[in-house]
Amino acid sequence: MESKKKELMANTTNMIEARNMSFDYFKRDENGEITGKERALDGIDLEVKHGQFIAILGSNGSGKSTLAKNINAILNPSEGTLYVDGIDVSNDELIWDVRKSAGMVFQNPDNQIIASVVEEDVAFGPENMGISPKDIIKRVEECLKAVGMFKFRKASPNHLSGGQKQRIAIAGIMAMKPKCIVLDEPTAMLDPSGRRDVIKTITKLNKEEGITILLITHYMDEVVNADKVFVMADHKIKMQGTPREIFENAKELEELKLDVPYVTRLAVALRDEGIELPADILTREELVAEIMKVKAKQQ
Amino acid sequence: MKIVLKNVTYEYGNNGGDSGNRKKALDNVNITVNEGDFIGLIGRTGSGKSTLIQHLNGLLKATSGRIEVDGKNIYDEDYKLVELRKKVGLVFQYPEYQLFEETVLKDVEFGPKNLGIEGDELEKTAKEALEATGLDEKFYSASPFELSGGQKRRVAIAGILAMRPKVMILDEPTAGLDPGGRNEILGLIKKLHDEQKITIILVSHSMEDVAEYVSRLIVMEDGRVKYDSTPREVFKNIKELEKSGLAAPEVSYIMSELKQAGLEVKAEAITIEEAKNEILSALRKK
Repeated sequence: MESKKKELMANTTNMIEARNMSFDYFKRDENGEITGKERALDGIDLEVKHGQFIAILGSNGSGKSTLAKNINAILNPSEGTLYVDGIDVSNDELIWDVRKSAGMVFQNPDNQIIASVVEEDVAFGPENMGISPKDIIKRVEECLKAVGMFKFRKASPNHLSGGQKQRIAIAGIMAMKPKCIVLDEPTAMLDPSGRRDVIKTITKLNKEEGITILLITHYMDEVVNADKVFVMADHKIKMQGTPREIFENAKELEELKLDVPYVTRLAVALRDEGIELPADILTREELVAEIMKVKAKQQ
Repeated sequence: MKIVLKNVTYEYGNNGGDSGNRKKALDNVNITVNEGDFIGLIGRTGSGKSTLIQHLNGLLKATSGRIEVDGKNIYDEDYKLVELRKKVGLVFQYPEYQLFEETVLKDVEFGPKNLGIEGDELEKTAKEALEATGLDEKFYSASPFELSGGQKRRVAIAGILAMRPKVMILDEPTAGLDPGGRNEILGLIKKLHDEQKITIILVSHSMEDVAEYVSRLIVMEDGRVKYDSTPREVFKNIKELEKSGLAAPEVSYIMSELKQAGLEVKAEAITIEEAKNEILSALRKK
């Protein structure tokens, strides 16, 4: 098996690599006959390196979630190739290797929790992988500590807030020791503190555990600290670059039904009034410092 | 239409059993919703927001306390809750999951049809509601499932609007939408308030959105009303809000940091427009 796996591994050192990859959804009639198809991903070329924190932006229907499902081998590319940790996701024999490498967290915390006790839920994944009970106990503890939920290990998930449930879902994925976690709008249903906690948690997993993160989001403020941002539109990757490079294009982003972070919006509004500020301000500290510079020049 | 909540408490769990196991989802809530209000309702998950809004159209019944609508107690035996549900429209979270008809128009007709409206009048009512949401007419005969996220949500709002409510309650109407879709839906809600004079209660997790749109902000915590004032007044309590799992709008943080850095700005700006003007005047001051 291992040698077969090696044989099937592509010559790539990237965590994720898509080469001219497309995906079509088939439309079917009542009898299941295919009546047409619709392109959801169109000629995607993408490279994600091990350990990167990647953000994916794009309007509703631009193809973000379809891309995520391909990375997790829930869907398979219609054309082109997609490698996850060097494995071709279209290879049915290695589907579980793909899913072990890339775990997925979804939007709705209530749909992802199965067990009635927190620690059992986190143990579910490793149990299915055939890990020994001793190791499972250790993993569950480590993972719950990593997401800051260890003290809730005996609690019922029903009594947790949305943000806490999402952190349990993340711990459950972590317990399978993936190299990469794909999160599809994990904060869309959360209150401000839940949002903060989830973003803090995944940032920590990235920095301290070296897990590659792919964060799909509609909140521009969550993207500011990413290593790289991909912007999807019309089923293609329209822009890619650092957050600074991406958020310079406020007008273009707006046309794509996207936006820039609030700090950048205020900076743009001030620039439009003739205040001399750089075009690529992303954080509060930068904005405050730049405004104070302008003030100092006047005096 | 005026809705008055007097000492409303709602308990749940372990019905009839040991009273020690019962929890208060609402705890002595007093709120008056005035005609024409544009209210934002915020609070962490589990603070009682959803329970509260379900009381406003009689879906849940208070354990104690009373609710008066235009002076009438809705818990009186002869009070018609059906009438109340017509007047107080509730748009749930992810309302597009509740679309089910073959066409957009039929879906919007469903509500008024149940109210006994028929024939030409029914179509007219549904079309007026759709028109108000700004959805392009070419979609009226389309399947709701072919629409984008923002469009589906407009259809769901039109479905409530077609019942001609006086009060409209929207539970996180922008969750899961892209920024463009968020602006469209919030713009639509503002239009319904300004032009159709519908009283609005907007449940939201976005401090920026409520700062921008509402004129009155109610903060819930542990089933109680913690604040009920203008957004500007409420957002002065940054520390308290953070303790309640909330935050102030990003702009508030920027302004207070500028003030600390020595710029002469009032820290109370809560929208980008206000912050811009405040900073401009501070910079232009000699």
